[in-house]
Amino acid sequence: MEKRPLSFYVLAVFFGLFVLFLYGPTLTIGILSFQGPGGGLTFPMQGVSLHWFRELFEQQAVGDIWGAFRRSFVLGLMVMITTVVVSVMAGLAFRKRFKGSAVLFYMAITSLVIPSILISLGVGLIFNQLGLKVHWATSGFGSQLTWTLPFGLLIMFAVFNRFDKSYEEAARDQGATHWQTIRHVVLPIIAPSLIGVALFGFTLSYDEFARTLLTSGSYNTLPLEVFGMTTNVTTPVIYALGTLTTLFSFGIIGAFMLSVWIAGRRRARLGSDAGKGV
Amino acid sequence: MAMSRHVSGWLQAAPLTVVLGGFLIAPIIMIVVVSFWGATEYSIYPAFQFDNYSYLFGSAVVWKVFLATFKYALITWAFTLAIGFTVAYFLAFHVRSQAMQTALFLLCTIPFWTSNIIRMISWIPFLGRNGIANSALISWGVVDQPVEWLLYSDFSVILAFVHLYTLFMVVPIFNTMMRIDRSLIEAAVDNGASAFQTLRHVILPLTKPGIMIGTIFVVTLVMGDFITVRFMSGSQKANVGRLISNDIALLQYPSAAATSVVLLITVLMVIGILLRFVNIRKEL
Repeated sequence: MEKRPLSFYVLAVFFGLFVLFLYGPTLTIGILSFQGPGGGLTFPMQGVSLHWFRELFEQQAVGDIWGAFRRSFVLGLMVMITTVVVSVMAGLAFRKRFKGSAVLFYMAITSLVIPSILISLGVGLIFNQLGLKVHWATSGFGSQLTWTLPFGLLIMFAVFNRFDKSYEEAARDQGATHWQTIRHVVLPIIAPSLIGVALFGFTLSYDEFARTLLTSGSYNTLPLEVFGMTTNVTTPVIYALGTLTTLFSFGIIGAFMLSVWIAGRRRARLGSDAGKGV
Repeated sequence: MAMSRHVSGWLQAAPLTVVLGGFLIAPIIMIVVVSFWGATEYSIYPAFQFDNYSYLFGSAVVWKVFLATFKYALITWAFTLAIGFTVAYFLAFHVRSQAMQTALFLLCTIPFWTSNIIRMISWIPFLGRNGIANSALISWGVVDQPVEWLLYSDFSVILAFVHLYTLFMVVPIFNTMMRIDRSLIEAAVDNGASAFQTLRHVILPLTKPGIMIGTIFVVTLVMGDFITVRFMSGSQKANVGRLISNDIALLQYPSAAATSVVLLITVLMVIGILLRFVNIRKEL
């Protein structure tokens, strides 16, 4: 192997500092959430304790964070499933280059770049004028989809740009119907990418703030609850909450990555042995 | 009987169309309509008047806030681009094993899937009056009084933007760099180009589409933001998003809607210009 140039070491240090910049603050509040009962929002640590984590389980100290967590979790699953199904269907549709697809594509881009608060305001106004109650599972759900669907769609574009059409042609040549081709050929091939779409759908919903702000009604989702806490909670309990939900996010991300890895292994193991026996 | 691909295409795209129609297009129309309405202290009423717009364009404060919004976008863009390009360049051209590349790339993207609000909160112990940064500066003898402008200032707002959004630059730039044909770089080196010349004349031009996509993300996220500015400036600084959210808090929906319309037109114009330089669908 050739010798590394000096620039490699300089850039490696830069990269290391960048990672520190990304994770340092999160690690810091992770440490500070174990602050002793008398400790404050910054160093020094006044002893080490689980005091602030215990506080999270006391209604008076933090409000209804567990209810908020449940709602965010359910909403995340709803958004995740919808995002996967709708993105795959739209991805298949866009391959056909149907008339008017450019308009729909620009709508999706607009959905991605529009300031989130506009969605919040617009949806809130519509529900208001129609005399409907905003609720996280209706207006909040729809508003979040305007954020997750464009990501899902862009991933589907990336997937289908790399998709080898000869697999489909082979299936059709052997008499598969259109639906059979999708069900037994296309979907299994793109399955690992769909796990990626699901990850985007769940996490973007779980962390969404601005689009849910005016559309979730009287029951807060977790990010709204956390934001509410920043204005009136001045103890490390907010760090404990931050640490717990970050750990939860890491767990979710880990689970998705693990399933991608397992799917890859399974494919390698069960994949066709055509040609290997020759 | 085979359906026309136009019909079956629209059928498959129907769910997407319905969602975007109901929760993107309808809200935009609603905002445009309400921007002409009037408001009392506690309610809004249908009307067709230009009061909201004439107030908006007549107010010096509003112009200043729009200017501040562009300032945030521009400074954040410059930092995220410089950092994002460097990180992507290191990953794409200096890390040799593919497994290592994937691992480091994931390391850079994981924070994207965690909560922005918590990532903002996590700056407090660093930047506060008695925070880590100030303690370090004092113990090193750089300053003898705590620096006041670390938290609740333009500095902390931009720091948070860079922290939150640099990965929107890293990902598309890395993606474009990985697709550069390595023989082009070899050719440049064989012809005697220095590493810097290769970077400047081969890699940089070929990376432009990725830079454009990253730019679109960062610029729109910063221009449409209201929560980062509010939180990181301790409500002492303003951008357009905060104007809107303040009006909403005061139930002045028509005024919020008019500001929203102007903001949306501004953002779409910026994006329209950027999209002239890149074909997003081809670059994915």
